[in-house]
Amino acid sequence: MASDVILETRGLTKEFRGFVAVRDVSLRVKRGSIHALIGPNGAGKTTVFNLLTKFLQPSNGHILFNGRDITAVKPADVARLGIIRSFQISAVFPHLSVLENVRVGLQRPLGNSFQFWKSESVLDRLNGRAMELLEDVGLAGYAQRPAAELPYGRKRALEIATTLALEPEMLLLDEPMAGMGHEDIDRIAALIKRVSANRTILMVEHNLSVVSNLSDWITVLARGEVLAEGAYAEVSRHPKVREAYMGSGHA
Amino acid sequence: MATEIHAVRRETAAPATGRPATPDLLAFAALLLVLIAAPYVLYPVFVMKVLCFALFACAFNLLIGFAGLLSFGHAAFFGGAAYITAHTVKVWGLPPELGILLGTAFSATLGLAFGALAIRRQGIYFAMITLALSQMVFFMALQLKFTGGEDGIQAVPRGHLFGVIDLSNSLSMYYFVLAVFLFGFVVIWRTVHSPFGQVLKAIRENEPRAISLGYRTDHYKLMAFVLSATLAGLAGGTKAIVFQLATLTDVQWQMSGAVVLMTLLGGIGTLFGPVVGAALVVTLENYLAASNLPVPVVIGVIFVACVLLFRRGIVGEIAARFGGKRS
Ligand SMILES: Nc1ncnc2c1ncn2[C@@H]1O[C@H](COP(=O)(O)OP(=O)(O)OP(=O)(O)O)[C@@H](O)[C@H]1O
Ligand SMILES: [Mg+2]
Repeated sequence: MASDVILETRGLTKEFRGFVAVRDVSLRVKRGSIHALIGPNGAGKTTVFNLLTKFLQPSNGHILFNGRDITAVKPADVARLGIIRSFQISAVFPHLSVLENVRVGLQRPLGNSFQFWKSESVLDRLNGRAMELLEDVGLAGYAQRPAAELPYGRKRALEIATTLALEPEMLLLDEPMAGMGHEDIDRIAALIKRVSANRTILMVEHNLSVVSNLSDWITVLARGEVLAEGAYAEVSRHPKVREAYMGSGHA
Repeated sequence: MATEIHAVRRETAAPATGRPATPDLLAFAALLLVLIAAPYVLYPVFVMKVLCFALFACAFNLLIGFAGLLSFGHAAFFGGAAYITAHTVKVWGLPPELGILLGTAFSATLGLAFGALAIRRQGIYFAMITLALSQMVFFMALQLKFTGGEDGIQAVPRGHLFGVIDLSNSLSMYYFVLAVFLFGFVVIWRTVHSPFGQVLKAIRENEPRAISLGYRTDHYKLMAFVLSATLAGLAGGTKAIVFQLATLTDVQWQMSGAVVLMTLLGGIGTLFGPVVGAALVVTLENYLAASNLPVPVVIGVIFVACVLLFRRGIVGEIAARFGGKRS
């Protein structure tokens, strides 16, 4: 059934001045699933994310979201269709407070973002929801602090809260757990599991225990190409996958 | 130079985020009192000059301090409006308030056109395109008939405000200019602390992240550009009535440079910095003009010293010292 697939790519390719970072990648992400994209460093995972969200224009291939071809859509409009991404290097608004960071996400659907004549106090009605989101990622106690003051792992958590603020139909998370301690990893993993109930998640993650616990489906990328696909047990037995991971130092 | 300015801006960003805090309100009250009393202590024309440039610098600061865009062509909006106001008041015989309104509208339109062409460029390329476009305006002012070439438009009548208040009375003129300045200042204050301002700050802080949340950032930057151009025009149009004059000085690139200087000196991204910067530069120019020192050289030296000593600008440094530390 076609509507089972929320996001699909056909022959996605990206070339940087002669270097092919992503080659002929065809993905099918099932609606409602947690789909992991793994692979050694430099495999092209982040590049795939940049292509899907149109931060990069593909050299070749097509992207379909909910059956609609979005290959020519602009990045902000991809987001407005319901695909919200996070970044590998934590992306927060450093001089805004933690609360304001989340409100930037909550504010967008309100449609008041061009109103320069209104007081920003009209945004205060978002505070309740913002605090809930901060609670979810364990940041409620930091609400009034500038985001720049947070340690790295907590910036990642803030980024996830801001991403969730938009209630996206699909989330693309690029290494959401990188730089987090054990306790936070467990919290965020549980959160991802919980929010996945009514949305689709495509996630790049190096922490294989997280990947094995969370994902329904895994695509392994190496040197820009899809090496293997399947459930965790299946993929981890794959000889080529073992080789690719051994080669780059992952056991 | 571009990265230098960028770095300065980053550091000064902190004080202006958040609510219009009590220190801001106190500073505003103090400024208001000073400005109401000023014409009884200082030459009204001198203070009016300061106010026109202060509004110009505040408008420029809205763009660089809150949208992170360095325009090097703001003279086009300031000077362009000055010419339109001067012409419509002198030749068409419009009352001053209508002349200023037309000048301002002209700058808004020009800002929309320039912004649409420049907004997709980043950093120094943005600055260069705005400079190139403003040079076109300069050459038009030099060549067109109605602008009066080298002479400019002189002897513009101040006229009667709303047909009743005689602006040739220097106190009446002064309080009108003060009202215009306060209007512009409050618009900027409100903009900075509005839902729009919040998005603008987010874009300044991390544009890719803002895009990834679904903000079409070019639209917001264009909006900021048009607002900035409009208020620069308001300053220029008012200036034309005060000095009864619009000349090439108003549209040439040195004027774009002067407004960068005022804003940097006072503190980019602070509400009051541009006012302080404008007062400082206008005062210096007045004193130096009376001496036989080379004005641009002295101002250049002071500028370099200030950038080296207080990287956040004067108001930026004060806010950082007394307003609690923020990284
Ligand atoms: N803008 C770019 N220009 C040129 N080469 C690039 C660009 N972006 C990525 N690459 C190259 O493409 C390859 C894939 O990079 P990418 O960042 O997608 O890998 P990744 O799988 O996300 O790796 P990691 O696990 O380290 O995050 C790398 O060799 C990288 O150097
Ligand atoms: Mg990556």
